[in-house]
Amino acid sequence: MLDIRNLHVELEEDAKPILKGLDLSVGAGQVHAIMGPNGSGKSTLSYVLAGRDGYTMTEGTAHLGDIDLLALEPEERAAAGLFLAFQYPVEIPGVGNMTFLRTALNAQRKARGQEEVSSADFLKLVRAKASSLKIDADMLKRPVNVGFSGGEKKRNEILQMAVLEPRMCILDETDSGLDVDAMRLVSEGVNALRDEGRAFLVITHYQRLLDHITPDVVHIMANGRIIRTGGPELAREVETNGYADILAEAQ
Amino acid sequence: MIARPNPRLQATTSRLEGLTLPEGGSWARAARSAALARVEGMGLPVRRDEYWRFTDPQGLVTPEPMPAAPLPEEEAPAFAEVEALRLVFVDGRFDPQASDPLDLDGLEIERLADVADRDIHWAQGLYGVLESEGQNPVLRPLAALNSAFATDGIVIHVTGAVSRPVHLVYRHEAADSDAMLHHLVRVDAGASLTLLESGPAAARFNSVVEVDLAEGARLHHVRTQGRDHDRRTATHIFARLADEADFRSFTLTFNGVLTRNEAVVWLNGDRAVAHLAGAAVGDGDFHHDDTVFVTHAAESCESRQVFKKVLRNGATGVFQGKILVRAGAQKTDGYQLSQALLLDERSQFLAKPELEIYADDVKCSHGSTAGAIDETALFYLRSRGVPESDAKDLLTLAFLREALQEIPDARLAEDLAGRLEGWLARRR
Repeated sequence: MLDIRNLHVELEEDAKPILKGLDLSVGAGQVHAIMGPNGSGKSTLSYVLAGRDGYTMTEGTAHLGDIDLLALEPEERAAAGLFLAFQYPVEIPGVGNMTFLRTALNAQRKARGQEEVSSADFLKLVRAKASSLKIDADMLKRPVNVGFSGGEKKRNEILQMAVLEPRMCILDETDSGLDVDAMRLVSEGVNALRDEGRAFLVITHYQRLLDHITPDVVHIMANGRIIRTGGPELAREVETNGYADILAEAQ
Repeated sequence: MIARPNPRLQATTSRLEGLTLPEGGSWARAARSAALARVEGMGLPVRRDEYWRFTDPQGLVTPEPMPAAPLPEEEAPAFAEVEALRLVFVDGRFDPQASDPLDLDGLEIERLADVADRDIHWAQGLYGVLESEGQNPVLRPLAALNSAFATDGIVIHVTGAVSRPVHLVYRHEAADSDAMLHHLVRVDAGASLTLLESGPAAARFNSVVEVDLAEGARLHHVRTQGRDHDRRTATHIFARLADEADFRSFTLTFNGVLTRNEAVVWLNGDRAVAHLAGAAVGDGDFHHDDTVFVTHAAESCESRQVFKKVLRNGATGVFQGKILVRAGAQKTDGYQLSQALLLDERSQFLAKPELEIYADDVKCSHGSTAGAIDETALFYLRSRGVPESDAKDLLTLAFLREALQEIPDARLAEDLAGRLEGWLARRR
């Protein structure tokens, strides 16, 4: 599903290298987790895949299926089925949450040559998805993320994911700032979306989230590369021993 | 000794040369002569005037207007869905055939042209009166010019409950039309009216509206100034509010090479409320100026100013907004916000917010900002599949919505929001 080969990325501003030959392959139906110390390039990876400005790709490739992701605009990547749940969801005053969701869904459908969804069908769709995430009508009416608590913002990200039904979901530290209950809600939302045609890349600092969303594969990232890959037990090892041993071993 | 050329005198003389004071009944003749004397006394504005520092008045004072091509009729007129008493002006002239009959329960409504022919009329107590008062402390010569030479307009006296809005529809047909309209709106105690204005009016348009609100009277004023680009417009609203009167005014401007909208409001009665707002969108040689002067002269009054502009391709926006709180106007609540969204580096926003306060128990705040589109929000929208141009329109509309929210009637606000959305989409 997602296939990244030897990806090198630097910051546009000062040519500082961040990703230094990253290889990663996530198969359909799989959940991969990426863990790693601060500054290892995890969030950069998610931004680069989603198409944010400010980075220069100097080498390597990233494909979603047979689509060359790096050649596309952010909106084209979304229409191709890529979704990034932001670590810090953005507040957009003046744009209603419902308007935002419907505009996004219909823009994607239009890009894929599908019919737009009618207002009535859309309303039905969103209400159903929202209730399982405990998102009430008021949150849907308010401007995007404005006045939302940390937990509400993250649930709103999952709602967008549920409505847009991407095939490749990247979750960038979705657990940060969540209390136990919110973490459970968000994880249930993610688990409900797990299926054979969809893959997840879960970026996190903590094993905690992986107790709720069980990964198939865990990667440790450091200094812009994947330095170790294993099963769920790798996450537990990190939780117990920290990164020091793994980092030392990789050197 | 060689006399130096005096640009103000030259401009004034050559403008007045081509104009003759209209005939009329005794009160109108007197009011117009007095207005002409004011114009001659102060002269027409020139660029070096402090009050015109950011806006070149040239196009508003030349003897002949610069030609402006009318926009081909290609969209539903504003407020088409709103059931209203529609009164149509073509290039500044009332068109009775195209208009509804001048008849609506709860108000007396007449043409200025008819009213001015009478020898006695209540209009005498309002026509040019607030305009004249509004010349202090800042000169507004274009308004005095209007009082002297305007021959048409609508004179409304609201006495009771009015079932629907009055909608003044301004059509622009001739490329060289030079229109002056002068409207009077007097609202009796406890009565209320919604006044709509729409359309570009003329190649050059000078409008004055004088508003007199008695105790507890309300006027909701919403206007849109058309979409054609070459027109030049100077408007003035003068409003005087008695105790607990409520005045809301909103203006939407799209395009226009030169627009100067002045509002002069006196809160003369306790607990009066005035909200003034505007949204403007323009491109290239678009120049848009909101000049506002609110005087708090009584206790516990509230004033709000919310003006937003979207500028691109070198467009210019101006905001001059003043709140004057007189001694004794305690418990004043004054608020002023002016913001510009600059879509490129060549566009500019010139703002002069002013507070002048002579009372000690007041709450006044003002803010003025100019900024680019929020790149983070733009990326967020695009990452959800919204194409860049649509995402920019969405953010632009969101920016303007804060001003649209000042319109108390949601129907009217939505009408304008939908119109803006269409205009933004079409511009691409």
